[in-house]
Amino acid sequence: MDVVHREQRPLDSVMIETRELRYTYKTRRGPVEAVAGVNLRVDAGDLFGFLGPNGAGKTTTLRMLATLLPPTSGDADVAGCTLRREPQQVRERIGYVGQRGGTDPAITGRGELVFQARLYGATAEAARKRADELLTMLELEDCADRPCGSYSGGQRRRLDIGLGLVHRPPLLFLDEPTTGLDPQSRAHLWDEVRRLRDGGTTVFLTTHYLEEADALCNRLAIIDHGKIVAEGTPDELKRQIAGDAVTLSVAGDPQAALALLAAQPFVRDSSAEQGLLRLYVDRGETAMPAILRLLDGAGLELQTIALTRPSLDDVFLRQTGRSLREQAA
Amino acid sequence: MKIARDTWLVFQRYFGLFVRNPAWIVIGVVQPLLYLILFAPLLKSIAATPGFPSGGAYNVFVPGLLIQLGLFGASSVGFSLIAEVRFGVIERLRVTPVSRLSLLLGRALRDMLNLLVQSLLLILISLPFGLSIHPVGLLVMLALLALIALLFASISYALALWLRDENAFAPLIFTAALPLLLLSGVLLPLTLAPAWLRAIAAINPLAYAVDAARAIFNDHLTDLSVAKGVLIMAVLAILALMVAARSFGRAAA
Repeated sequence: MDVVHREQRPLDSVMIETRELRYTYKTRRGPVEAVAGVNLRVDAGDLFGFLGPNGAGKTTTLRMLATLLPPTSGDADVAGCTLRREPQQVRERIGYVGQRGGTDPAITGRGELVFQARLYGATAEAARKRADELLTMLELEDCADRPCGSYSGGQRRRLDIGLGLVHRPPLLFLDEPTTGLDPQSRAHLWDEVRRLRDGGTTVFLTTHYLEEADALCNRLAIIDHGKIVAEGTPDELKRQIAGDAVTLSVAGDPQAALALLAAQPFVRDSSAEQGLLRLYVDRGETAMPAILRLLDGAGLELQTIALTRPSLDDVFLRQTGRSLREQAA
Repeated sequence: MKIARDTWLVFQRYFGLFVRNPAWIVIGVVQPLLYLILFAPLLKSIAATPGFPSGGAYNVFVPGLLIQLGLFGASSVGFSLIAEVRFGVIERLRVTPVSRLSLLLGRALRDMLNLLVQSLLLILISLPFGLSIHPVGLLVMLALLALIALLFASISYALALWLRDENAFAPLIFTAALPLLLLSGVLLPLTLAPAWLRAIAAINPLAYAVDAARAIFNDHLTDLSVAKGVLIMAVLAILALMVAARSFGRAAA
């Protein structure tokens, strides 16, 4: 048998469970609480997304779960082991792909894969076989024997994922996996991640890209200022905002229009941001004609109107009062 | 045993990197060679000065030169570690079950080997110039140098992980290394120094290493200074190793 966990422990269905996880950085300006009591649960087989703007605490949480940072307080079970008391066992069962990758530019891709496999206990022979397997799976055969420094961004990211998978971990952490990649590389990586999930690996990824969380994840948590502000499947979260969003602008002061429309029974929620009115309605296709008629009747001139299906940005906006898209810009 | 296996794996990685980059060896040897060829001949005339230790110019100068090679060579190893932290290599390795001590020891062994090879080269080149050493003395000298490499490499790595920035690391290393060097009798023997300078040097651990080295080259292997030098370096090296190993375990970026 080649690369194997040192100690077989039966996996139950909960892959990650955190209890009031906290992390406080000591900076020169005083303590900064980056993670302020995070409680989450990831089941085996999930493709779990951790979404939030930069500085929200995603990477800090991830690094705690990957045993890189000791929590300031709170605890977690990761891959069936307790984080605080059994970090070494956790390490044997997780794979990690950090933002910066982690390959030495002077070493070849094959060299890095073989070294990594041996760190998990493989013999030289088994490590070489495993490296070959991964190089084929990740389409890196052509550049395998060139130094990593010569790889393109997409190649390097695929290699990083290979390094995280060398020991076939049941749980893989991905920290902002597609940041800095061109759209094609990103699409390929998404396929790769989906294939991993289909193969039974639980994936926990952090991202600040809404489309990524929406497209890949079957469950999400949204984090802001160190706290989870929303959790559930992408559909559940979007349904929480109760329906479609109608965005419109009127000539003149929007307050009169806002007051009129907000009072309507089919309008669940409304807000005005920089002259744009945003209404959350049950069904956009029936709401729009009604809105047109109401504004017309009140003598208010409608300038623009648009209908959008709810997005995660709406969820974020709802929960935190800010737009995630603007944060990422 | 896991630590032994992990250390061997880590050593292989860093030795491979080193061998693929022979520039490092060349740079390491050229500087002391220049001292040897361009400076040491001047010592021949001072060798007659009262207060200059016996043994001939090279037997007095080369031991100090070897220690200097060890000090500066080993202190600079932190730079490559800072680069690795920046590439994310250390973070990636810390998530694996590899022993934290091995991450340090594997590198330090490479550094020790590097110093030993350079030292042997230097000694061999000096032999025709008049350097003399007993084979047993050579082994003891190499052991002393290995300990010096271990000590200063560990300190260098611990500082590198603490500072994580070349711009802060460089001045710190060079500012700290210089007084250590000057107060150890490497450049010129301290027997020439005034009493106050010798008093300060008495608390410099490196001075004891230099005394030991000179005694070794003069075939005074049973001299107390040899045992003192080796012991002090050994104790400090172990302490430094423990401190540096802990740094690898802490959040290194």
